[in-house]
Amino acid sequence: MIATIWRRAAPHLSRPSHPRAALAILTSHTLTFSTTTQTPSPAAKMDAIGVLMMCPMNTYLEQELDRRFKLFRYWTQPKQAEFLSQQAESIRAVVGNATAGASADLIDALPRLEIVSCFSVGLDKVDLARCGEKGVRVTNTPDVLTDDVADLAIGLMLAVLRRICVCDKYVRSGAWKLGDFKLTTKFSGKRIGIIGLGRIGLAIAQRAEAFDCPISYHSRSKKATNYTYYSSVVELASNSDILVIACALTPETTRIVNREVIDALGPKGVLINIGRGPHVDEAELVAALVEGRLGGAGLDVFEKEPEVPEQLFGLENVVLLPHVGSGTEETRKAMADLVLGNLEAHFSSKPLLTPVV
Amino acid sequence: MAGDEETPPLLILHHLPNFKLSIFPLLRSKYTVLDPLDDPPHPSFHPLSKAARLMLCTGPTPVTAAVLDAYPALECIVGSSAGVNHFDLDACRRRRLRITCAGDSFSDDVADYAVGLAIDVLRRVSAADRFVRAGSWPVMREYGLGSKVSGKRVGIVGLGSIGSRVAKRFESFGCTIAYTSTKQKPNIPYTFHANAALLASNADILVVCCALTDETRHLINVDVMAALGKSGIIVNVGRGALVDEKALVEMLVKGEIGGAGLDVFEREPHVPRELFALDNVVLSPHHAVLTPESMGAIDDLILANIEAFFSNQPLRAEVQLDQFDS
Repeated sequence: MIATIWRRAAPHLSRPSHPRAALAILTSHTLTFSTTTQTPSPAAKMDAIGVLMMCPMNTYLEQELDRRFKLFRYWTQPKQAEFLSQQAESIRAVVGNATAGASADLIDALPRLEIVSCFSVGLDKVDLARCGEKGVRVTNTPDVLTDDVADLAIGLMLAVLRRICVCDKYVRSGAWKLGDFKLTTKFSGKRIGIIGLGRIGLAIAQRAEAFDCPISYHSRSKKATNYTYYSSVVELASNSDILVIACALTPETTRIVNREVIDALGPKGVLINIGRGPHVDEAELVAALVEGRLGGAGLDVFEKEPEVPEQLFGLENVVLLPHVGSGTEETRKAMADLVLGNLEAHFSSKPLLTPVV
Repeated sequence: MAGDEETPPLLILHHLPNFKLSIFPLLRSKYTVLDPLDDPPHPSFHPLSKAARLMLCTGPTPVTAAVLDAYPALECIVGSSAGVNHFDLDACRRRRLRITCAGDSFSDDVADYAVGLAIDVLRRVSAADRFVRAGSWPVMREYGLGSKVSGKRVGIVGLGSIGSRVAKRFESFGCTIAYTSTKQKPNIPYTFHANAALLASNADILVVCCALTDETRHLINVDVMAALGKSGIIVNVGRGALVDEKALVEMLVKGEIGGAGLDVFEREPHVPRELFALDNVVLSPHHAVLTPESMGAIDDLILANIEAFFSNQPLRAEVQLDQFDS
């Protein structure tokens, strides 16, 4: 408690280790509490703390990090290895996202690193084991983006099955004047198979139920729901019209959708990926789509973003999005506030808002 | 007379030249089909058509008083559309005709489509797909931000078969639902607003799915759209004429409303070119009902209703003509 009072009253002074000495100074008249002197705010105190932002991810977040901390922008450094060795002593936090996080090498290069705050719910770009070993805290942005990602999953399903994007192109090209667009398959009532029934998977299920879609899933363990559980992804795919990837990317789930799963989904089946590109064997996926062995796909993520296999560009049964799962004004602001809130909590010695490690 | 034992019952086919249903051959095998567009025409078309009691009207083929005059023995018209705005309802009422329409046959598909259009507009699905296919992602690095769908306020114009399904779907997104209708409906948990402008002023997503009548023509006018505002979007899966299209285009171009998902237009297949440049607009060629499932459902309903009429059985999806009284 003395530490807290001291931080508020005399942050500019070194606190004596003995509590009675500290108390004596606090109650003495040697401290001036002039009304004209501003009590240093937590924000002002933090502007000496070095925060390394790994890539551009959000203007508001970047501006706030710049305002509240000493911000280093990793992507602007022409010689990154040199930069790290020069600034290693100042950097106490890393802000990463789905594109760039904190690898073991980076963590090792920053001996004063205390926290990695991710602007994403996915943690696949953070070496969690190394963070654990070194006592580095890790936070992410769960819950605030669940709705957006689930909304987009349903939007992709409708866009692929009902050919909404193709219809829009049809009209804009003037083709409607020549004839009606062909029939497209109904969405309501289709069997949805969800890989990963976490927050996002459940949110997708809840929405799909309103379209009278029967729901089944595969997960590491059976959940307490009424949805049908399949212990293998191949079985799930065999019994689904639409297969959605909604699990975390780990070594175990890398290429969880492979040739066997794609074959099980089949020429009338549709794959929706709102997880991570590496969840899918992308080469197999492209071949299956081009050859007509898979009915369609709605993809928000790819193995090597921003590269998208060009063979997909000419296909009508595919919708391609530039990783916009959480890409709304509302959600990105909420995610940014969560990153900022976690950093401020950590550096104020308060409980983290959304800790992972 | 429905037809004696030798002659199958008489059925008039009323359709536009390029609008056919897959069940036409089946109908010709079961009934004496009188199609004025047949070439050569049925040898006894003229006398037989005067005795025909039933007409199948496929597509939005206008059923005018003049058409009805040509078939004086008509008692019933089986329609294939969700709407009946192409019927002269006064003329039908005067002749005490029974009319059936598509009923619920298309409702799921249209509701699905309305939701799909709304998500596309707010989350820029079509625009972002174009961005990727143009090869712009590696160049521009980031696509712009869209607007969240979940939790938004949905205002439904017309809470009928389609509107109620739209409501159920959006509820699962955590959206609040309000509606306007000619009359407030009992036992409905959604907020009722007396008119479209009030509804629009309390909505982020305005879904138009009501019937087109003389009273609802241009229901969505400048005032309603201004009430909806800069961040509001319109989805129209009803009829083009429900919306003042000229005003809509102007407001979209000026950014006075936030976006639109349009499956219908005032003069289909003509679509105002000014809309082509807008990324917050999704355009569709009157496609919401075009699934094999909906087409199968309407085929089944039509066959069932024709059969029921000739067997004096109850009809399904019968239109209550008095609901269209002003």
